[in-house]
Amino acid sequence: MPSNLILNALLLAAILFGLGLAGLLARRNVIFTLMSIEVMLNAAGVVFVAAGARWGQADGQVMFLFILAMAAAEVSVGLALVLRLYHLYKSLDVDRASMLRG
Amino acid sequence: MLPLLWLIPAIPFVSAIFLALFGRGLSRRIIAIAGVGSIGLSALISLAIVPEFLASGVPYTQVLWTWINVAGFRPEVAFYLDPLSLLMLVVVTFVSFLIHLYSAEFMEEDEGYSRFFAYMNLFVASMVVLVLADNLLLLYLGWEGVGLCSYLLIGFWYQDAVNGRAARKAFIVTRAGDTAMIVGLFILFHSLGTLQIQDLMHLASAQWPTGSSYATAVAALLLGGAVGKSAQLPLQTWLPDAMAGPTPTSALIHAATMVTAGVYLIARTHVLFALAPEVRLAVAVVGAATLLLAGCSALVQSDIKRVLAYSTVSQIGYMFLALGAGSWAAAMFHFMTHAFFKALLFLVAGIVIEALHHEHDIFRMGGLRKELPIAFWTFLIGGCSLAGLPLVTAGYFSKDFILWGAWSSREGSPWLWVAGMIGVLLTGLYTFRLIFLVFFGPSHTPVTRRPQYRIVVPVVVLAALSIVGGWFKNSLVAFLNTALPPLVDTRAGGLTETLSSVVAALAFLAGLGFAYLFFIRKREFAQSFATGPLLRRLHAFWFADWGFDWLYDRALVRPFLWIATVNRRDVVDDVVTALARWTQTAHYALSRTETGHLRWYAAAVGAGAVIFIGVVLLR
Repeated sequence: MPSNLILNALLLAAILFGLGLAGLLARRNVIFTLMSIEVMLNAAGVVFVAAGARWGQADGQVMFLFILAMAAAEVSVGLALVLRLYHLYKSLDVDRASMLRG
Repeated sequence: MLPLLWLIPAIPFVSAIFLALFGRGLSRRIIAIAGVGSIGLSALISLAIVPEFLASGVPYTQVLWTWINVAGFRPEVAFYLDPLSLLMLVVVTFVSFLIHLYSAEFMEEDEGYSRFFAYMNLFVASMVVLVLADNLLLLYLGWEGVGLCSYLLIGFWYQDAVNGRAARKAFIVTRAGDTAMIVGLFILFHSLGTLQIQDLMHLASAQWPTGSSYATAVAALLLGGAVGKSAQLPLQTWLPDAMAGPTPTSALIHAATMVTAGVYLIARTHVLFALAPEVRLAVAVVGAATLLLAGCSALVQSDIKRVLAYSTVSQIGYMFLALGAGSWAAAMFHFMTHAFFKALLFLVAGIVIEALHHEHDIFRMGGLRKELPIAFWTFLIGGCSLAGLPLVTAGYFSKDFILWGAWSSREGSPWLWVAGMIGVLLTGLYTFRLIFLVFFGPSHTPVTRRPQYRIVVPVVVLAALSIVGGWFKNSLVAFLNTALPPLVDTRAGGLTETLSSVVAALAFLAGLGFAYLFFIRKREFAQSFATGPLLRRLHAFWFADWGFDWLYDRALVRPFLWIATVNRRDVVDDVVTALARWTQTAHYALSRTETGHLRWYAAAVGAGAVIFIGVVLLR
């Protein structure tokens, strides 16, 4: 594998992660928050796959499968929480759910 | 019998625990059997040990268990029996038994019957531990136990605030001496590496030259402890107030336990005092000064028990005088006779006070010679022994021996002898003043209660001992001299032993004569003394114990209370609360960052990660 490929892959992952973080910080809608987290998780997945290809090991792909499974589980829990949130506040604005403050 | 030694403190201790735990539900009969019987058993065992000890003739050590074992510090719970501790042991247990027997009847109507016997038994157990202790730490345990029990017993009738004050005073004043003593123990352990008494004595005489600063410091600190416990100048103020306790308690504190502990401590560690001549002189001077001051105070008191209290202070002064003058055996001999006659005097005073319905004032007594003949005769015997009626009473032999030692010993001096002689005169005067006022003259208060056999028996036994006790002087002194250094007789010139005895007898007769003159023949003499302006002031001064209480009140108590009032909001507290307040402020500041806004948290996590990674990469 050419060495610039991993650089490109890392660059892609960084951009994806940055987009996800920006979305997480900027959007107030809780659905978008969840989606941003998904994007960040996928950025991590890209790094794993690229690293696996770089060193010719299967571990990277195995780790990506784990991340996929975990993301699926997380989304299901997250959506359940979103439903509860909507039920409670009649909106999807995360900033309104700020009762847990010091 | 010797292996049973440990039972002597153990039986009263167990009995005290038993009475303290279950005393409430028991009948008075069982309480009396437990309380008196335990001490009786101890006294029996200690008497049974005597012939065996005399037959073997060597000190006996009984190691029970190792108390502490840490970094070379290894005190054992061990008992050491030699002629000195044997004499103390027998006198303490036997006199305590008689006092307990007396209390069984005396305290019969008191609510706290079981509580009283629990305290008394614990008192005796502590004193026996003190006497038998093989090392100074165990001795200190007994020492503090005795202090605790004196506190409990002086404040026995705790509903009255005055008694509580007296108890606290006794505890706090003796504490001043105890602190000095424990510092002395620290120095001893630090420099000699052990607290085992016999080892200490060998090591000290091997390592420290006579007059070395260590020996002087340690002896002075131990003297401080002894002065506190034995109520000597300048810590004597607690003892007269200790009369707030029940009368048998006073007898126990004065005769058998507590106040003689200081005398015993000095005799026990006599090697240290031999190494410190200045401190030894201080012991003698303290004794001489105390016996004179307390004798004068005893002259003017009006409470029968306070007269006896000051007389105890004065008699312990004689013992200190003898210790300082180096006639160790004389001090212990006087301890024994004093235990007999002082216990007797207090017990009879208790009879008189009970008979007159709790009347303490001797000027409201009188004419009891006919009403209470047993009390009169026994009190007369005790008083004669206290004052030293020549050739008959035990007190005469022991006091005479002390006086001769004060004159003739290498460490003695004629001044000490003169002080002792004036003391004899004072003793005769205040003793017979007491006897004449209480038992002669017109009656002032009717007799309401007469003693039964449990009171009469101890009193009669003690009266017999107050006379018989003196007959064994020579054999007892020879016995004690196997454990203590004998009297070094150097200054025989100018005065013979016989002449000294004659002067003592004359001093006694003078005291008796003056008392007869003032309180029987010419009462108006005493009256006129009491009304003169200068003499009245002197009277008040002596009555208030030479103003010591006043002095301590001004010098210590009031400044302390003043500081306590000024510093009501404690300065030290401010430091602590400042720390607490600072922590609280930081807490509020930090809790403001917890906004509940999810996106702020995410931003903080991100920023934190960036900073950490940045630090790691750029370092």
